[in-house]
Amino acid sequence: MSTVVSPDMVHRWTRSSRHAAAASVIVLLGLAALPAVLGAGAIDRLTALFIYVIMAAMWNALAGYGGLVSVGQQVFFGLGAYFTVRLAETGFDPFLAMGIASLLVAAVSFPLSLVMLRLKGGEFAIGMWVVSALTHLLVNLDGLIQGETGRSLISLNAYAADARRDIIYWLALLAMAGLLGGLFALLRSRTGASIQAIRDNEEAASSLGIDVTRTKRLLFVLAAFGIGVAGALWLASATTFQPKTYFSVQWTAYMIFMVLVGGIGRFEGAILGAVIFFVIETWFGALGVWYLIGLGAVALLFSLFMPLGLWGAIETRFGISLMPVGYRLELPSPSRKE
Amino acid sequence: MTALSIETLTARHGLLEAVRGLTFSVAKGETLALVGANGAGKTTLLRTLAGAHPVHGGSIAVNGEDVTRLASHQRVRRGIALVPEGRKMFATMTVAENLKLGAMAGRKGEWSIERIIGIFPNLEKRLHHKTGHLSGGEQQATAIGRALMSNPEILLLDEVSLGLSPLIIDRVYASLDGLMTSGTTIILVEQDLSRAMAVADRVICMLEGKAVLEGRVDELTREQVTEAYFGLNRTRTEKVPA
Amino acid sequence: MTNQIIQGILLGGYYALIACGLSFMFSVMRIINLAHGSLAVSAAYLIFVLSERAQLPLWACFLIAMAVMAAAGWLIQRLILVRAARGGHLLPILSTFGLSMVIENALFEQFGADTRSLANAIGDLSWDSWEPISGLYVGKLPVLIFVTAVVMLAGLQLMLSYTRIGRAIRATAEDPDTAGLVGIDARRVNAAAAAIALVTVTVAGMVLGMRATFEPYSGAPQLLFAFEASVIGGAGSLWGTLAGGIILGLAQTFGAAIHPLGFLIAGHAVFLIILFARLMVPDLASMPARLIGRGSVA
Repeated sequence: MSTVVSPDMVHRWTRSSRHAAAASVIVLLGLAALPAVLGAGAIDRLTALFIYVIMAAMWNALAGYGGLVSVGQQVFFGLGAYFTVRLAETGFDPFLAMGIASLLVAAVSFPLSLVMLRLKGGEFAIGMWVVSALTHLLVNLDGLIQGETGRSLISLNAYAADARRDIIYWLALLAMAGLLGGLFALLRSRTGASIQAIRDNEEAASSLGIDVTRTKRLLFVLAAFGIGVAGALWLASATTFQPKTYFSVQWTAYMIFMVLVGGIGRFEGAILGAVIFFVIETWFGALGVWYLIGLGAVALLFSLFMPLGLWGAIETRFGISLMPVGYRLELPSPSRKE
Repeated sequence: MTALSIETLTARHGLLEAVRGLTFSVAKGETLALVGANGAGKTTLLRTLAGAHPVHGGSIAVNGEDVTRLASHQRVRRGIALVPEGRKMFATMTVAENLKLGAMAGRKGEWSIERIIGIFPNLEKRLHHKTGHLSGGEQQATAIGRALMSNPEILLLDEVSLGLSPLIIDRVYASLDGLMTSGTTIILVEQDLSRAMAVADRVICMLEGKAVLEGRVDELTREQVTEAYFGLNRTRTEKVPA
Repeated sequence: MTNQIIQGILLGGYYALIACGLSFMFSVMRIINLAHGSLAVSAAYLIFVLSERAQLPLWACFLIAMAVMAAAGWLIQRLILVRAARGGHLLPILSTFGLSMVIENALFEQFGADTRSLANAIGDLSWDSWEPISGLYVGKLPVLIFVTAVVMLAGLQLMLSYTRIGRAIRATAEDPDTAGLVGIDARRVNAAAAAIALVTVTVAGMVLGMRATFEPYSGAPQLLFAFEASVIGGAGSLWGTLAGGIILGLAQTFGAAIHPLGFLIAGHAVFLIILFARLMVPDLASMPARLIGRGSVA
């Protein structure tokens, strides 16, 4: 017996996702209120967490949805910080400089995408790494930066330490919520359907008439922008800019870890991965090299044995989807037995 | 003596069953023809026998030994060789190299490049040409030669006439004639019914993954096979004792 | 100027050496091994330890290191790469990146941040040179390295063209499915290819230690150079790798003459320019046709 499907049977939200959405709003409001109660150290750590979430979500957008694994995303992280320092030097208010710097990073990423997106797979991955290495060197050449001497964001001192910390915290929270919200909205839109189609099967998507390159470019620029924001925020939090810290491939290592452990190609996965990374860093970061060996080993093991990450495993097992970006069909129950 | 036997063999493409619970056996030295329309499951069956396609259910035995779990290169060592549909040449490698590759399984036997050239003399001047530059007939000859180099007991031929002109097909089958009378067990998939029945000892007609007709060629008429081919004998299956 | 050209070309020999393992693994298994550089550095450390601490002659250190690295290659292929390859073409990038992180940091844990070198083992060879014409200096070590590179590339090419394992490797690279059908055990072949690749990596590591210093995190720059040389030369061609290495070496040498950072900048910049040109040239080549097309009937 066949059923005729009507539009009102198509749903986008599930019960659990509605709860999750409500919970998210409450959580965000709660987080915004925290500076009133928490001390300086905690605020700094939470700021770092927000930045990690941003980086995980952006790398995931590029790799999980766009199928583009890049080992060079640190170039945008570094440029976000570098442009901020440069702009601040010319007199801009540091926070304004951060915003403009992020937009500059997005602007720079566009022409870059015209070349780099023609590369495939491993060539794209390492090609971006080369771009990052070269950019690092060029920044070294800047007389203001003087090699690895670096430069501080001195103009931040115009703000009192506490106020400065809180503003950065709220900016990070705002950026995180904004970027995540934007990404969510994007994935639910028609472009989002294209993106997910590309993630699942690029050739098939292309044969459906989806402009794969344009969609990938959108993801590339978005990811660049997001990571640029992250870099600017990190600079504001750390105050000093040293090229080798910001252009280090370590950032990509962190992003890879977060996305592999959390779940690649899944919205919730990036957030989960960032939280896990944050917790591990808080507990084990002091172990130094062993911590890094552990990160690499865990990433390796996850890639081999749990490539869909923790969220992927949860989703497969329990069928939960908190951030619904797809469609569900709810069929009416049969009125009589066959 | 049974060379090959399969028992309720099932193979799938995703969720679609291409071979459904098939059971038959082939005697040593026998030539069995598998006929049927496109999509009947013939190629999938051959690939499954060769180990190139996973077995979903049932079993395959060669000379009494269960080979169901063995990978394709291990089956070559047990004596099964497949001449795949579309020939599947290593296009960047020469004819000689393709032939030498066939010998990699290390089975002892009579086959050598000289003997292959003996049955396919037109390959001699093409020995050092890349197979990507060969004509369809020459590639087919190389593919068959490559399979023979592994000294197989059971040779599986998948649509050797595909894409070839009738004259070339004649030549290919003429070369196979010696094989068929020499004691090699052969299973061939062939679209052309008359050719199939001209060379085979037994024929099985497949439709939608099942055998709808099975019998000795000298005991079946063309009409019976044609009916089975088009599924016109669905309500009654002819089973003539082998 | 001539000195620089010679230096650049000879430097290219080193790059071809380190690039050929990467390129070989890519043509055979379609995997770009991001741990390639750190593996070369591991080989260098291994030889260093055998030479300095066990006081063995260099050739013995090399043979032992080669055996160890070949075994490691076999293991990496069987334990990591086979699984990773099954997960799609992106997963090996992530897996090998994770592996490189483990290797680098483990090396740091074991050896610390000090830079090391194999210069002690080769004594005067480090700076000996010939002076064929007055004013023209040709370093002996660089020449030796260049010759080694050519010999190794030739050896690989001969192996691939004329040996049984070479044929099996080529067949498996082209069509692993059909290779199985003719009796080739694709897994064994790929493991052998990985072992061979790591033998070349051992040579590269030893040479790295001879001509320069190394430290635990040297792997990343070496990987980038190997990658650049492969791509400039055209991925998949062994002799192209030599050409790519030479172009990279020349770019770097001339860049070094301009600015201390010029060495690295010029190398990366030339790579990107060539990449850009190669990607864009198809467009350039078809531009006349497209321009003509524009004027056709609407």
